[in-house]
Amino acid sequence: MKQLALEALDAVTSTHAATYADTRVTEIRDRQVSTKNGKTGHVSSGVSMGLAVRVLANGCWGFAATDDLTREGVQAAAALALEIARAGTLAKKRDVTLAPEEKYEAEWVSPIRIDPFTIPVDRNVALLLDIDRELRHNPGVTLAEGAMTFERRRQVFASSLGSLIDQTRYISGVGYAATAYKDGEIQKRSYPNSFGGQHQLKGYELIDEWDLVGNAARIAEEAVALHGADQCPEGEFDLILDSSQLGLQIHESVGHPIELDRVLGSEANYAGMSFLTLDQLRRLRYGSEIVNVVCDARPEHGPGLGTFAFDDEGVPAQSTDIIRDGQFTGYMTSRETAAAVGESRSNGTMRADGWSRMPLIRMTNVSLLAGRQSLDEVFGGVDQAIYMETNRSWSIDDKRYNFQFGCEIGWEIRRGKRVRMLKNPSYSGISTEFWNACAAIAGPQHWTLWGTPNCGKGQPEQIMGTGHGASPARFSRIKIGGAYAD
Amino acid sequence: MPIDAARCQAIFDRVAEAARALGMADAEAIVAAESSALTRFANNAIHQNVAERSGQLSVRVQIDGRTARATTNRMDDASIRQVVEEAVALTKLQEPDPALLPLTEAALLPEVQRWHDATAQVTPTERAQAVAEAIRIVESAGQTAAGIYSTSESVSAILNSRGKFAYYPETMANFSITAMAADSSGWAKGSACSHRDLDPAGMARAAAAKAQASRDPIELPPGAYTVILEPAAVLDLVGQMFGDFSATAITDGRSFLRDRIGAKLFGDNITIYDDAYHPLQSGTPFDGEGVPRRLLALVDRGVIREVPYCRQAAHAAGVEATGHGFPLPNEYGEAPMNIAIAGGATPLEDMIASTARGILVTRLWYIREVDPYEKIMTGMTRDGTFLIEDGCIARGVRNFRFNQALPEMLSNVEALSPAVRASGEEAFDMVVPAMKVRDFHFTEVTRF
Repeated sequence: MKQLALEALDAVTSTHAATYADTRVTEIRDRQVSTKNGKTGHVSSGVSMGLAVRVLANGCWGFAATDDLTREGVQAAAALALEIARAGTLAKKRDVTLAPEEKYEAEWVSPIRIDPFTIPVDRNVALLLDIDRELRHNPGVTLAEGAMTFERRRQVFASSLGSLIDQTRYISGVGYAATAYKDGEIQKRSYPNSFGGQHQLKGYELIDEWDLVGNAARIAEEAVALHGADQCPEGEFDLILDSSQLGLQIHESVGHPIELDRVLGSEANYAGMSFLTLDQLRRLRYGSEIVNVVCDARPEHGPGLGTFAFDDEGVPAQSTDIIRDGQFTGYMTSRETAAAVGESRSNGTMRADGWSRMPLIRMTNVSLLAGRQSLDEVFGGVDQAIYMETNRSWSIDDKRYNFQFGCEIGWEIRRGKRVRMLKNPSYSGISTEFWNACAAIAGPQHWTLWGTPNCGKGQPEQIMGTGHGASPARFSRIKIGGAYAD
Repeated sequence: MPIDAARCQAIFDRVAEAARALGMADAEAIVAAESSALTRFANNAIHQNVAERSGQLSVRVQIDGRTARATTNRMDDASIRQVVEEAVALTKLQEPDPALLPLTEAALLPEVQRWHDATAQVTPTERAQAVAEAIRIVESAGQTAAGIYSTSESVSAILNSRGKFAYYPETMANFSITAMAADSSGWAKGSACSHRDLDPAGMARAAAAKAQASRDPIELPPGAYTVILEPAAVLDLVGQMFGDFSATAITDGRSFLRDRIGAKLFGDNITIYDDAYHPLQSGTPFDGEGVPRRLLALVDRGVIREVPYCRQAAHAAGVEATGHGFPLPNEYGEAPMNIAIAGGATPLEDMIASTARGILVTRLWYIREVDPYEKIMTGMTRDGTFLIEDGCIARGVRNFRFNQALPEMLSNVEALSPAVRASGEEAFDMVVPAMKVRDFHFTEVTRF
């Protein structure tokens, strides 16, 4: 793979037509296993390998990707990338310039205990069927679903700066859900998280960390019990969110707005723009004083979906303060955009979802740092609150102001205790008003680094895994129940 | 052509040979290849300009009621043997499924012609020229343009050891543009199998006109409004429900149509088909097992009439498969992929002229399901939202959040325009009309 990356780079640099070039050769191996109502849903495995060439020529980017890895295929991709860059001059305003970066030679493999591909598939299926049996032991469960996914991704990056970086990342994911249909109503509970479960930069050890079978009966009970629960009330209440829902809240109302390319207009036609205009940097009170958010791709932050050694333009993983004591302090940048905020260097957030796509600024691990409150203080710090767990729906406007989230289950909390289950809970608000209402954040022993495997951005669209760490937290006087308002 | 029929057959011959060597008589292969390019622009300049070429071989074997799938993008002999070995190894580890049917037999497949050489041959320079002209139009209005122009050629083929050979080539072009003024924006998008059916300059003018007309937007209170949804807005919102039109989803209890087949859920003026052969449609005329897609009357004058059945669901129900199944193995069954909502006779201009007070919506965004059985959807308006007063577009308004149940919405449609091929961002392309809807629920307003 290294040889291929260097050959492709040479195919560009030998023409002397580009001021900068980089290549990525990526091989992805994956396995997907699922079960449904006592049977295997699907079992599949895949391998994909290809090459990407990115060039800066005549002040414009050009990009071409191919899975034809013959000499002719590589040459053709290099030539096409240059042709595309030349075509860009027909609609160019200014030359692209890049912040300087060092060259690196490195090899890195994400640390794992158990290679997931050494675990036989029938063991994957057997565990999912064990969970399935526990779920359907409850006669109210009409649909039991479970799934595991595993990926091994090796990428070699080479650039005209002289970098040659070889990274391998292992990702594992597991989750299940119990759906209960009854009398014209559908309720669902998922574990450890919804929409595919929990995903991390781990090996098979992830599967053993969540007591999957042990939680199945509770999940089934809750799915069925929701049918008899009270509808979540409408009004303004103190809101407590579990860490998984808070992770998605961070993703939508902090992670996306801080993408500097979005701020500068790159995503205007698709994913949208951002309310965090450049004048807001170091001026905006983004959250209350207890809110601290970082964007941290370093392995020491945790085995998140946004953890790596180098980004996809050869910049080392870094940690950037995004919100410090409530103050907005940083964006996610790239070599092309760093100068727009007076930075002399990219903070390393360029990521591509595979060999066939060019890198874009993407979230790495955007996490809310743990707070100082105990769980009792978070839940018991007010007379009444609504507690919501596990995301069911999410929506936000194209500048990231107005959001609405729905969760699978809620509880009314009185003086720190759950007093009744609530169904169809939802809440909405404006991003900065929400974060400024943050009144309590639980401590590090309750902090989890969640994985969001399906973040969409870019044209053509790219799906990216991002990490979000959070502890449960409480927010004051939030609008609740608006999704079901008459 | 990214891969021709003869090459597909040659690949399958290798697959079948490798499968037989491992004692497998039944093998199926999905062969796909694509070559695509996209010129992206923002801030009145081309900023991302890409091309990709890829192929895929996906192999499934079947023995004694067991099946599994392995996929690769390498098409050399050694890689083909390897992917077959992987598929066989995975299959042997499965439990037999008594519901698994034999591979499909060879069948005559209807032909649709959706390949255009000229579209396959569009060059980076030609895309850049069209983009440059679109930018010029928007910039000359004092606005900022962002968008994309993409062209692609693709092939999808299914072959199996019972003689099945389904092969489908297609070209596709997409153009989308957002025009932004100081406090407003407009948008237009189109897609077609021939790039000559797109009018980038026309879309640029339309987007710029919307941005101009919606400047200095006012804020209106949330509430129930008469809305006129342009076709892209209809597509992206109503398109959210078609995953539920599935025999498997109904059986599973995850569809809002459970216990509602035969029920009148929508108004008399709502008729919806799944029609893979509609002249404005695209996509394969066969499903994930190579079964030809059948025309389905999903909704007939508001009544839920038919849903698609994959082979397995059809066999269990004692009906015929409709040709909408996903590739095996899967747990989702099937879904309609070629939606055509019957239009009406009221052009958009007449809908506006007939509205005393209402909201004209260009597009909807970030649409997600709030309630799976009531089919309440939430999302935002975007890029051109207008107050209509006394039959005229009065001015721009700040964008709304909606929470709207689809059965209620589709029971409140007062007028339909002729149907057109529409393209959005939240659902796949469909043939849909614009709709005038009363009592559409806007629940919040955002800041722009």
